Amino acid sequence: MIKPGINKNKFSISSSRAAYVFLAPALSAIFVFFFIPVIAAFLISFTDFDIYALGDISTVRWIGFSNYLKLFDDPLFWQALKNTFYFVIVTGPISIAVSLTAALLLNSKLVKYKAIFRLSYFIPVVTTLVAVAIVWRFIYHPKFGIMNYLLSMIAINPIDWLGDPVWAMPAIMLMSVWKNFGYNMIIFIAGLQNIPEDLYEAASIEGASAWQKFRHITLPMLAPTTLFISIITMIGYFQLFAEPYVMTQGGPLNKTLSIVQYMYQEGFRWWNMGYSASIAFVLFFIIFLGTLIQFKLQKSEKT
Amino acid sequence: MKIKKILIYIFLGVTSILTLVPFIWMISASFMADGKASVFPPVFWPDEFVFSQYENLFIRLNMARNFLNSLLLSFSVTIISLFFNSMAGFAFAKYRFMGKKKLFNILLSTMIIPSQVTMLPLFLMLKSMGLINTYMAIIIPGLANIFGIFLIRQYVLAIPDSLIEAARIDGATDFQIYRKIILPLAIPILVTLAIFTFLGTWNDFLWPLIALTDDSMYTLPVALANLMGEHTKDPELMMAGSVLTIIPVIIVFLVLQKYYIKGIMMGSVKE
Repeated sequence: MIKPGINKNKFSISSSRAAYVFLAPALSAIFVFFFIPVIAAFLISFTDFDIYALGDISTVRWIGFSNYLKLFDDPLFWQALKNTFYFVIVTGPISIAVSLTAALLLNSKLVKYKAIFRLSYFIPVVTTLVAVAIVWRFIYHPKFGIMNYLLSMIAINPIDWLGDPVWAMPAIMLMSVWKNFGYNMIIFIAGLQNIPEDLYEAASIEGASAWQKFRHITLPMLAPTTLFISIITMIGYFQLFAEPYVMTQGGPLNKTLSIVQYMYQEGFRWWNMGYSASIAFVLFFIIFLGTLIQFKLQKSEKT
Repeated sequence: MKIKKILIYIFLGVTSILTLVPFIWMISASFMADGKASVFPPVFWPDEFVFSQYENLFIRLNMARNFLNSLLLSFSVTIISLFFNSMAGFAFAKYRFMGKKKLFNILLSTMIIPSQVTMLPLFLMLKSMGLINTYMAIIIPGLANIFGIFLIRQYVLAIPDSLIEAARIDGATDFQIYRKIILPLAIPILVTLAIFTFLGTWNDFLWPLIALTDDSMYTLPVALANLMGEHTKDPELMMAGSVLTIIPVIIVFLVLQKYYIKGIMMGSVKE
């Protein structure tokens, strides 16, 4: 610390001005190109902004909650909602369980060459989603695909993965687990390394089994990590878009149409921007609610 | 104990290979002549290496242009946002000013807003400025981001105040302190954030799909998805396109993975 007194006063004024200068570029960019669009989207969702309004803005009318009410009666929207929830509710827990299993194995003292295994599990995370979705489209090829080849080894008949309304979503789910589990695995490994070793030693002395240690030490100590992972995984999976766009175009029979894909179609293919904005806000609301619920669940588990 | 160990290794080995199978097949199919990858059972090694798919991509389909678009945009967004985010992160970490805590908390809490919400107005805004289908349409929304500011702030918080005070006594201006003290000490986190931003921009799909409308302006993922529409029966060509798209990100990741992994771990640490 330097001398207090007159000097300090002067210093704090000049320095807070400098702070604003440093903040200005980033904050103005975020304000103009993030905050304002969020508010604008909210307002647009209460209008009938459509292709005519693109040409002549004066045709836009305020229609109150009409877009949201229309969503209620839109079977395609319900289908997209159902598909997305199906995807998130199944893929989320599976993906987290796979990540945790991989993290536990890679954290085990028995294993050497961890870096190699970690690397191969992690590679899908950094790769371009569109590119790997295209690769998987061919992996799921009913005649020549690797998936049916592997299944034929255990005497399972070929499945038309992406062409069958029942199997298309599970196919996308499997690919998404493959693509993402490495990310959460890294976070779980960090969480596991933060658990003090002596807890396990104490439990061993008292004769706890491996399962008991996992259940009563590992899981509770990982709880904050698991909460964080559940939330970011849920948020990410609710934004499902590129996989169905590339692999199925939302088909067959709209069974893989996702909320974001529906928003994209309404907004940027049919230019129903008012309607599309209301879909975007429903998505935001769902994500917000989902996050809130997970926080609450975590809290109630503690008490 | 020994059996358990062997079982773990077998499990890890098999699952690692399974994880990599899509990449192995992708690379080998990309070196096959037309039709050679559409066989049963699938083959994981071309009987004859040909480069015709890559020639096709570059000569007939002009993918070099899309590759350069992706490269240019990813680099520009990375450099500009590093500059913006690091200044803001520094200010949040080392200055006292009115409303700092409130402002920071508001920023953090808006991270939950999915970016799709902003896309319609952003499109209209950029359209009215005549910027749709230009590089600026991709650069502008990437100028700064809250996660980046957060990462840098966390890191800069740990730099001792005494270094800054000492520089101030020597007569350094605020910008000199940022430039000569903070930036050099923050290099590890800057590298981490640079990888995140580079990969994020390179891999991004939905926004470029909306904001770019000409083949010649497309980034690689958009060009690739577009190509897929016309070549659903050409796995060899599509795999060459996928290899081209993935190779740069894999190289960046392999070279700098230490920083990337650290970044993930840091981002997951709550205050």
